[in-house]
Amino acid sequence: MSMIQIENVSKWYGDFQVLTDCSTHVTEGEVVVVCGPSGSGKSTLIRCVNGLEAIQQGRIVVNGTALADPTTNLSKLRAHVGMVFQNFELFPHMSVTDNLTIAQIKVLGRSTAEALARGLAMLDRVGLKAQASKFPGALSGGQQQRVAIARALAMDPICMLFDEPTSALDPEMVNEVLDVMVELATEGMTMMCVTHEMGFARKVADRVIFMDHGRIVEDASKDDFFGTPRAERAQLFLSKILQH
Amino acid sequence: MSYNWNWDIFLSPTPSGESTYLGWLLDGLQWTLTLSLGAWIMALVLGIGLGVLRTVPNRLLAGSAAAYVEVFRNVPLLVQLFIWYFVLPELLPTTLGDALKQTDPLAQQFFAALLCLGCFTAARVCEQVRAGIASLPRGQRNAGLALGLTLPQTYRYVLLPMALRLILPPLTSEFLNVFKNSAVASTIGLIELSRQSQQLVDYTAQAYEAFIAVTVLYVLINVLVMFGMRLLERRTRVPGYIGSK
Repeated sequence: MSMIQIENVSKWYGDFQVLTDCSTHVTEGEVVVVCGPSGSGKSTLIRCVNGLEAIQQGRIVVNGTALADPTTNLSKLRAHVGMVFQNFELFPHMSVTDNLTIAQIKVLGRSTAEALARGLAMLDRVGLKAQASKFPGALSGGQQQRVAIARALAMDPICMLFDEPTSALDPEMVNEVLDVMVELATEGMTMMCVTHEMGFARKVADRVIFMDHGRIVEDASKDDFFGTPRAERAQLFLSKILQH
Repeated sequence: MSYNWNWDIFLSPTPSGESTYLGWLLDGLQWTLTLSLGAWIMALVLGIGLGVLRTVPNRLLAGSAAAYVEVFRNVPLLVQLFIWYFVLPELLPTTLGDALKQTDPLAQQFFAALLCLGCFTAARVCEQVRAGIASLPRGQRNAGLALGLTLPQTYRYVLLPMALRLILPPLTSEFLNVFKNSAVASTIGLIELSRQSQQLVDYTAQAYEAFIAVTVLYVLINVLVMFGMRLLERRTRVPGYIGSK
């Protein structure tokens, strides 16, 4: 079953077209990596999936719900689509615990005790139980990103969107975040990840999407993508980043 | 210069005999405090609401808030006061306007000054709230929305708590300004602190004492406000965030 369906999506910022006729899908339990050069529209595409950015043409359906349908409650839908951002975006004025529980309480209507238990369980899962009472500003980038992942997981998401989750991290901290993501992937979480971490893609991706100038130029299984990429631009990209 | 200093003047009884001159000053101080604090509360509530509206993704709402700011920020405070006090009752339906003019003159003066100061200061607070929200990383709004919070919830729990902390120092200036601006109320006859000092000079000719005393009182108010706001800044400081120690 298709968890995320993207059909002929086009998007403009004013006169500038950022997405051109993009179509793809993510089936349940699938891990799809979206890569491509900067400015190719991959972050924009993933933000369209949960309606953070509006599209002008095409259709996006998440778990059977069309985003553009006027009867769709976007907030309700987003509550079950976890999202992790490049710059973590923890709420700086709240402790880690409050970051983990606020949406559970205000959106899902869980009791404080219930939300706390769920939040701490997820914090434990990303290996940060000891940091529960700290504020985001007191954590390293890698720790903040793991808390952000725990915050999304605490909402019991049906799928997870990752928007360059390791791009803002010190090199030493990239792996601690990737480890969490790999674990999630192997447990069967449906994931759409914008990332340049080709090692991660090789390890857990089912499919790789390559974007350039707002178009999806390659949408292939992992083996096909790394073995015999068809699009010339994807070949060039791979040859450049896989040299070392 | 032969000036006859007389600090005891404050303890002397006024001509009517029912109070001392110090009593007059304290009476004026009371009006200044009531008027300013009332206007500040009004300005905060209205200003935060308008500041939020200026940043919402809806042209009509954002545009209306912007129009409000332009009107109330660009017309001189004194002119605004005259409009509230002299012009507004004439613009209302005759019966309502007449009823207004029949009410206690002191109440008329006070409420005209309160509305004037509150609306004027709200425009300034609005701009600071807008700047505070705009200075937050764009991703904060997205993070709130992505968790399923509605836009109002995102403002309430995510954006405003941080934005208000960031603008506390400039808000302190606005708070201080309200007390100083409240002196315009004397022009429509409200005997607040600055008007009381003039009255004191008229009656006693002890100009230096009167103005020194009133200056000290204004300074005292502002020092208290500054300490209060500093305390608030310290209390609401976010650990590990830029700007906190």
